[in-house]
Amino acid sequence: MSLTFDISHRFGAFQLEAQAEAGPGVTALFGPSGSGKTSIANAIAGLVRPDAGRITLAGDVLLDHARGVCLPAARRRIGVVFQDGRLFPHLTVAQNIAFGLRYAPPAGTGNALGLDAAAIQEMLGIGALMQRHPASLSGGEKQRVAIARALAMRPRLLLMDEPLAALDGPRKDEILPYLERLRDSRAVPIVYITHSMAEIARLADRIVVLREGRVLRAGDVTDVLSDPAMVPLIGVREAGSVLVARVVTLNSGGLSRLAISGGELRLPGIEAQVGKSLRIRILAQDVLVSRTQPVGLSSRNILPAVIEAVHRGDGPGVALSLRLGEDRLLARITADAMDELQLAPGVSCYAVLKAIAVARADIGAMSG
Amino acid sequence: MLDAAAWDALALSLQVSVTAVVFSLPLAIAVAWVLARRRFPGHAMLSALVHLPLVLPPVVTGYLLLLAFGRNGWIGGALAEVGIVFAFRWTGAALAAGIMGFPLMVRAIQLSIEAVDPKLEEAAATLGAGRWAAFVRVTLPLIGPGILAGTVLGFAKAMGEFGATITFVANIPGQTQTLPSAIYAFLSVPGGEGSAMRLVILSASVAIAAVLVSEWLSRRMAERIRG
Repeated sequence: MSLTFDISHRFGAFQLEAQAEAGPGVTALFGPSGSGKTSIANAIAGLVRPDAGRITLAGDVLLDHARGVCLPAARRRIGVVFQDGRLFPHLTVAQNIAFGLRYAPPAGTGNALGLDAAAIQEMLGIGALMQRHPASLSGGEKQRVAIARALAMRPRLLLMDEPLAALDGPRKDEILPYLERLRDSRAVPIVYITHSMAEIARLADRIVVLREGRVLRAGDVTDVLSDPAMVPLIGVREAGSVLVARVVTLNSGGLSRLAISGGELRLPGIEAQVGKSLRIRILAQDVLVSRTQPVGLSSRNILPAVIEAVHRGDGPGVALSLRLGEDRLLARITADAMDELQLAPGVSCYAVLKAIAVARADIGAMSG
Repeated sequence: MLDAAAWDALALSLQVSVTAVVFSLPLAIAVAWVLARRRFPGHAMLSALVHLPLVLPPVVTGYLLLLAFGRNGWIGGALAEVGIVFAFRWTGAALAAGIMGFPLMVRAIQLSIEAVDPKLEEAAATLGAGRWAAFVRVTLPLIGPGILAGTVLGFAKAMGEFGATITFVANIPGQTQTLPSAIYAFLSVPGGEGSAMRLVILSASVAIAAVLVSEWLSRRMAERIRG
């Protein structure tokens, strides 16, 4: 089950020329506003017909400009979650969710999604809302209902266009665990459009980086996010790598110990059970680099590492990727420090991370 | 209190107005949708044509109807062959009333369609609904108050229509004599003021009742839409 697209579209001075694919799991389309994310989403959903191109889903041709094929949105079976929810105001939550059912193939046939109505309600925690009208729901509840509505039609692909962008911080944190459950259910491939690196670090398996209508980079999230050359594109304050860590000992009041491939992290605020895997985003600006093993330092995380790649930008900062076992950690230091410590690819060093630098929102659950 | 002629006029007016609204409403919804949601060459032309009865003197509209739908008219002649006759019949009064009320219905419905976010129709499409299903299941329920407003306006216009009706189908008691025509007829004969005044009160009562009922209905609809 995979989506491929290769489209070009022009409106006004903006030219979109994008080609990428999305496999199983969550593929994030990342870029600032005006990078063409929503145009791509509209083309995939069938709401806009691009000037030229080809889009296929699981082998079916949705658009083939050269052959004059353009399947209407109603026949693509792509569940769309819009930024503004777009729930039908005259219908109850239950009626909204059931809206697409009559057009969906019967449960359990073909490539229909393996989630029934009860499982969707359970997963999104909306059982108590079913008789309410959209006007009486909070922003976060609306988005959960919108996700349920898109899932109920048994889509072949779930397309989420900035689903959290209209919500404030606490509401985002409220929905993210539901999205993690959806991802880990592996029920449907997801294309997730966002300009938020924090959401990508929590949710995405793959990332497609867009800028001014073009694809600059596509690959696994862990690879792309730990690439020092990506720092200018992601933003110096947002850049950071994603590590998978397993909970070894839990100390909910203090520091818990987590195993990563290259050693051990000690972090506060962990609430998962022992043995659970977590995705942890570590911002490049929170990592220090030392040539010798520091002593008498307050930091709880001092890990031996090897410098793998360096990216020197135009500004005073330098981005480094540090290899720690199987994982890579991104660090940002000044060019000055880099020269003084004579840091270069292949040099051994110690990565230093303040335990409390990792925000709770940057720690996500994952299955396995 | 009311004589048979007055009751006939009231019954005929109701029959004419209900018929006019029933037949013109589906067309008014379709035209309103096209004007609200489609952009095409000739859009302004269609809009102008729809609004023509609002700006033309009613007597002109009535005369044009007579030319087109009269027994020797180019449409009326053809329709007469299949047994449909408008000239000097109550059906002609309904046609005149429908055409005079049409722009009012279209305007009210078009405004309410424009107020429905097209993004909701897009959302319905992504859920599998074709254009017709999206219209019936999303747009139509949301424009209920607009349709109701258009219906009431069209009905009121039909009840009050005089100029085009009398020009097109004349003023035949029991045939084409609607309330306004009857009032006009009473006022044209000496000593008819009393009868005319009774019909005026009757006519006003029907209009006020229609407005009250529509107010009540639209409040209920709005509550249902808002949830």
